[in-house]
Amino acid sequence: MSNPVLEVKNLGIDFGGLTAVNNLNLEVNEHEIVGLIGPNGAGKTTVFNMLTKVYNPSRGVIYLDGNDIAKMNTVEVNKAGVARTFQNIRLFGNLSVIDNVKTGMNNLYEYSILDMILHTSKRKKNEQLIEEKAEELLKIFNLYDSKDIPASSLPYGAQRRLEIARALATNPKVLLLDEPAAGMNPQETEELMKTIRFVRDKFGICILLIEHDMSLVMNICERIYVLNYGTLLAKGSPDEIKKDEKVIKAYLGD
Amino acid sequence: MKNIFNNLFSKKNRSRTISFLMVIVAYILIEVIMNTVGMSRLFKSLLVPVCCYIILGLSLNLVVGISGELSLGHAGFMAIGAFTAVCVSGFCAQSIPNDILRLALSVLCGSIVSGIFGFIISVPVLKLSGDYLAIVTLAFGQIIKSLINNVYLGFDSRGMQFSFVTNELKLEGGKMLLSGPMGATDTAKISNFTSGFVLILFTLYVIYSLINSKYGRAIMAARDNRIAAESIGVDISKTKTLAFVISSVLAGMAGALYALNYSTLQPAKFDFNTSILILVYVVFGGLGNINGTIIATTVLYILPELLRSLQDYRMLMYAIVLIVVMQITNSATLKQTLEKTTKRFFKKGEAQ
Amino acid sequence: MTFLTYLISGLALGSVYAIIALGYTMVYGIAKMLNFAHGDIIMAGGYVAFYAFSRFGLPGGLCIILSILFSTILGVVIERLAYKPLRQASSLSVLITAIGVSYFLENAAQLMFGSDTKIFPTILTDGSLKLFDGQLTISYLTIITIVTCIVIMAGLTSFINKTKIGKAMRACAEDKGAAQLMGININTTISITFAIGSGLAAIAAILLCSTYPSLSPTLGSMPGIKAFTAAVFGGIGSIPGALLGGLLLGIIENLTKAYISTQLSDAIVFTVLIVVLLIKPTGLLGKKENVKV
Repeated sequence: MSNPVLEVKNLGIDFGGLTAVNNLNLEVNEHEIVGLIGPNGAGKTTVFNMLTKVYNPSRGVIYLDGNDIAKMNTVEVNKAGVARTFQNIRLFGNLSVIDNVKTGMNNLYEYSILDMILHTSKRKKNEQLIEEKAEELLKIFNLYDSKDIPASSLPYGAQRRLEIARALATNPKVLLLDEPAAGMNPQETEELMKTIRFVRDKFGICILLIEHDMSLVMNICERIYVLNYGTLLAKGSPDEIKKDEKVIKAYLGD
Repeated sequence: MKNIFNNLFSKKNRSRTISFLMVIVAYILIEVIMNTVGMSRLFKSLLVPVCCYIILGLSLNLVVGISGELSLGHAGFMAIGAFTAVCVSGFCAQSIPNDILRLALSVLCGSIVSGIFGFIISVPVLKLSGDYLAIVTLAFGQIIKSLINNVYLGFDSRGMQFSFVTNELKLEGGKMLLSGPMGATDTAKISNFTSGFVLILFTLYVIYSLINSKYGRAIMAARDNRIAAESIGVDISKTKTLAFVISSVLAGMAGALYALNYSTLQPAKFDFNTSILILVYVVFGGLGNINGTIIATTVLYILPELLRSLQDYRMLMYAIVLIVVMQITNSATLKQTLEKTTKRFFKKGEAQ
Repeated sequence: MTFLTYLISGLALGSVYAIIALGYTMVYGIAKMLNFAHGDIIMAGGYVAFYAFSRFGLPGGLCIILSILFSTILGVVIERLAYKPLRQASSLSVLITAIGVSYFLENAAQLMFGSDTKIFPTILTDGSLKLFDGQLTISYLTIITIVTCIVIMAGLTSFINKTKIGKAMRACAEDKGAAQLMGININTTISITFAIGSGLAAIAAILLCSTYPSLSPTLGSMPGIKAFTAAVFGGIGSIPGALLGGLLLGIIENLTKAYISTQLSDAIVFTVLIVVLLIKPTGLLGKKENVKV
């Protein structure tokens, strides 16, 4: 088997005296969709925050394609190839839908400040490319028709989709989705699952996602990690997880 | 032809087109009136300052509206531009007799020096946020004013002469450029309305170039959601520095234009109240709203002059206008009716 | 000895700044707004005391009480009329309104009292205390100023921590929504905060005008800016921070005036402020706010 794209070893973080996450080992392989589940407060989002360096892990290493990214800051981590969405949606509310996606491509199409002021052909060419790519992404996420309205006036489900489109615009190797289906109705969730699979195939990326909607998780994830009280409770295929007694106990109580 | 028209008024470009049209039409109108009907001396004297304050408003809007950081020291950059320009212009009075050339050089120098200071002050800007950032800009404005208040600069046959805090210059002939709290005296008035107009166009060009580019998007993204912006690779400090430096360059430019419109100019002019005045224009026009800034600046700058007949009551009226407009624009019921009517209006417009 | 003299007068100036800064910081902590008109309430308090004493010949104590009463009412009225309708508005709209109120007060004062400078009478005392065989002279006014500041600080701290209203104020500062759900009347609490802040401004006015006895409509603006700076210096929203910031600012200002340069004192004071904020980005005693992701 090939090397994992994202590999986490011994990851942990303390807030004051409280250990929120401890001793986490996790990997995501090429082309894989992996789920990270667990009861509320298990530390799932904290894991995402450590992976993207919003929080500094107290212990452990994070490898992306074999390179250590644990010392990088949030911006560098993204440039290295990790993009994410947020549990509580964080869009650029006053920017138009398409500008949200365009901002994601800032580091992919370079032109200098001088090019910007002088409107050189380099600026025109790159802005053109950004525009085309952004429109393409919006079409995938069914947002093209509302591309010029402010992102904050999109309906909730569409906002979640836009966040994914924006993250994809940075051309990541790994995409971290934090509850992508939260607040969606079953039909929208169904639609979202298709899109996630489509995106994985089209862009050849791997995906790690946090989700409470078990039908979604069991449906599209190839492997699942279960987190409880900040430590790994179980890992395995959806079928294995469904049968795992520790997992059932953690979710349902004794 | 129709294509060009559609492009100019497309959703993306509408604001830009309106800005340029508005400024150009206003310029032509004023020029025509001046050359036919004539204009009162009072109004003529307001033209250059209005241009300066429009540029200042636009540049401050870049920081407060577009970049989302409150700045209370914009007059500081204005002062740097102003006194740099006065010195350059005074120093080159003999060597460059052409007024336009000298004005251009002075304005250029004023902008550059102000830009350098903008870069320096952006260091604390990057470390702080919110009100702490605002207080640093306030402090910066006070420091600049207080420093210029103590600079004595002149030149004579022996070259440039400089002293600080107390005036120890003994010039042999020559010319005093800055004399402490007295500031600049005997400046040649080489600014004019046309140069103000050209500089407004230049400012609009720079601002629209910025906000429609990847740099502008990054600045606005950092304003709307810092953490999300970082998560998609936007370097917050770089983008904020860029906004701050461009803003200070433009403010320096406006200051230079302003200074060269008066024969005397004291550092005390560039105090906290002037910074606040510019901020009022920006907030009145709507944060991030470029056309709003232009209109609000023009109206609010001229308003106290129009109220001159009320004499002592004019600033009182001005204060009441400020308060009342803020109450009205923030009243929820009023906002709703306003939105409804504008929507109806636009729908009608599109149907025709 | 001269150093001690400058230090003590700096302490007195700092005490005045601290009293004004308390008003800024309390209002900021609870209403999350910069009350730019605060400096002009000082001015109003000064004029009331001046007219009560010089024109109507009322006794000093009564003048002080009248001045405090007037400023308190003025502060509450301003809050009710101008700021209360803007509770949901953006902070910049509130800031502009406050600037409007400030212009209004300054110009109204100019119309009513004229723009000429008036000499503030000796309401408090003009004697002084001589120590070390007359080597060290401290005016009673300086002592009164410093003592007043200490008393106010102690009183305010116990008020905030011990009384029911004080608790309500702290709850509002923490989370208005939750405070409201607990049955705290937000509007009353904010009004009380403005009342206290404005009352303190009047006390500051009398101390300030007694030390620098000239009265003009723009009297409050510079001490206002300095006190606001002091509040941020100490960490805005923090009451001990306002005291510390005020005292330090006053001492630094006085010592630079004495030993470095009078003209450059402002530049130096504000440079120190920037340096402190670079080292401690939320002021000396300010709290760092964490954003939940």
